[in-house]
Amino acid sequence: MMTGLRILLGAAILGGLGAAAPFTPLWLISLVTLAMSTGLVVCGLIILWRGGLVPFGQALFFATGAYTVALSGRWFGVTDAFLLIALAVIMAALVAFVVGFLLAQYREIFFAMLSLALSMILYGVLVKSETLGSTDGVNVAQASFFGMKPRGPGYTFALFWLALGMVFLAWVGVSAYLGSIAGQLAGAIRDNEIRVEYLGISVTRLVHLKLTISAALAGAGGALAALSISHVDPQMAYWTTSGGFVFVTILAGAASVPAAFLGALLFEIVRTIAVALLPGGWQLILGSVLLLTILFVPEGLGSLMIRKRATISEKGAA
Amino acid sequence: MSALLSVKGLEKTFGQVVAARDINVDVPQGQTVGIIGANGAGKTTFVNMITGHLTPSGGTIQFEGRDITGLPSRKIMRLGIARSFQVAQVFPTFSVFENLCAATAIARSGSSVVGAALSRFVSAETSADAETALDQFRMGQFRDALASTLPQGVRKLLDIAMATAGNPRVLLLDEPTSGISLEEKFGLMDVIMGALKARGTTILFVEHDMEIVQRFADRVLAFYDGTVIADGAPAEALGDERVREFITGTLIRSKDGKLAASRASHA
Repeated sequence: MMTGLRILLGAAILGGLGAAAPFTPLWLISLVTLAMSTGLVVCGLIILWRGGLVPFGQALFFATGAYTVALSGRWFGVTDAFLLIALAVIMAALVAFVVGFLLAQYREIFFAMLSLALSMILYGVLVKSETLGSTDGVNVAQASFFGMKPRGPGYTFALFWLALGMVFLAWVGVSAYLGSIAGQLAGAIRDNEIRVEYLGISVTRLVHLKLTISAALAGAGGALAALSISHVDPQMAYWTTSGGFVFVTILAGAASVPAAFLGALLFEIVRTIAVALLPGGWQLILGSVLLLTILFVPEGLGSLMIRKRATISEKGAA
Repeated sequence: MSALLSVKGLEKTFGQVVAARDINVDVPQGQTVGIIGANGAGKTTFVNMITGHLTPSGGTIQFEGRDITGLPSRKIMRLGIARSFQVAQVFPTFSVFENLCAATAIARSGSSVVGAALSRFVSAETSADAETALDQFRMGQFRDALASTLPQGVRKLLDIAMATAGNPRVLLLDEPTSGISLEEKFGLMDVIMGALKARGTTILFVEHDMEIVQRFADRVLAFYDGTVIADGAPAEALGDERVREFITGTLIRSKDGKLAASRASHA
């Protein structure tokens, strides 16, 4: 359960990171910002994961968020970063709400592959459509922050601080959701849908809700990635992007929200090092890391961070 | 007295197979009804139709004067008809207490998914409800045990305790003592009936053991070939010629030795 103390502690850690930014190399700040965008998506994956649902197509919502940012700027001249992110979150959640009427009917491999199929449809549309930038994608103009337009290193800092703020909101929000009845029922859905239905609540609607929340987070992640990279392209909707999110979720585990961000950071670092060491075969290193994770930390990094499964009474007392 | 649950001309066919036909039953508030019949006689089909698991092919089901025929199970549940299952349906990776919390939390969230996302899973109210259920169903010693590790009898109790979370007015128990040893059956039924009577719940239970039926039912519905062939007080229904021929006769003969033993142990 989230206590005031934990929220303060989290805010202090993120504030400390923010304060350290001016003394950190820019490449590292960019890397962390990008990792935060992945972490936001993984937060959403955790929500589905706990219900036994693994989406292989979360890039659908990630790309929707990213393209919303790029196209809002190009078509409507929207430059405010906060407004762009809000639009991206709304669009991604809206897409999930619509496809959710179909997706929420499915479970397990069917859910996974159907979500993959939907993301590949978006990929196909993006590649084929000239107005959406085709294979070249769309450049993202530099955003403003409440009318301020930092440039150069200042822009990198501003985006980083924005990312920290989003991480904070996601952490508080997702923790609250996971502690709610709907959040706690994830395990119940995974265990026994019949019992959930006969307790009087619709499993399909619960899954629909989970999907929509996870998509909003993926949209936020996509928006942040778009601003950070200053470019979007169809690769963001491709299945390997979704695979990367699943990879990080396995690495982080579904046990803890902060682990999602640490897992994403580790993923970016490993990938960066792997590409530097083995430019042609970095996937080999990434694959080995995944293999080792599954062999030795099957519950993910988060399981190392939190105590062994606490009973509800303890959670209630905390 | 007007009936709480009223079933008229209920039918269910699966292709050419008639699973239920012309079932007419009125159950008044507070009654405990034992449902008997051989395997395939239509008992579970009857329970499944009342709880919305199966849509009837014909006929109507009224609850508190309202037509509930063909409503989805969770809506029927919301109106106040709950059920337990022949194979206990619990959340295996939750503790007993967590299972009860899940049930009471859903009951308190008012079925809305958004409400469920905005209410805390562990609150003073859900915990108190769960503790009450633990106590009523005598599961205190298993409070923190994972449901997957429970003995069969306790798992059955948990299933039933979860079904009562929303304080249903009618509870259907599908073979509450199946898979339970003869020695434990009566003790288990005492706990179940004690807890439910305290709540004033109207009970329909499917049961194969006639000793249990005689002890706990106010009324017996005997099913044969998809319909009710006898309906009345236990002595009357169990004495019915067709019931003895089609249902109890064979049952008692095949279990004679064991039944005698169970009589002795409960005398």
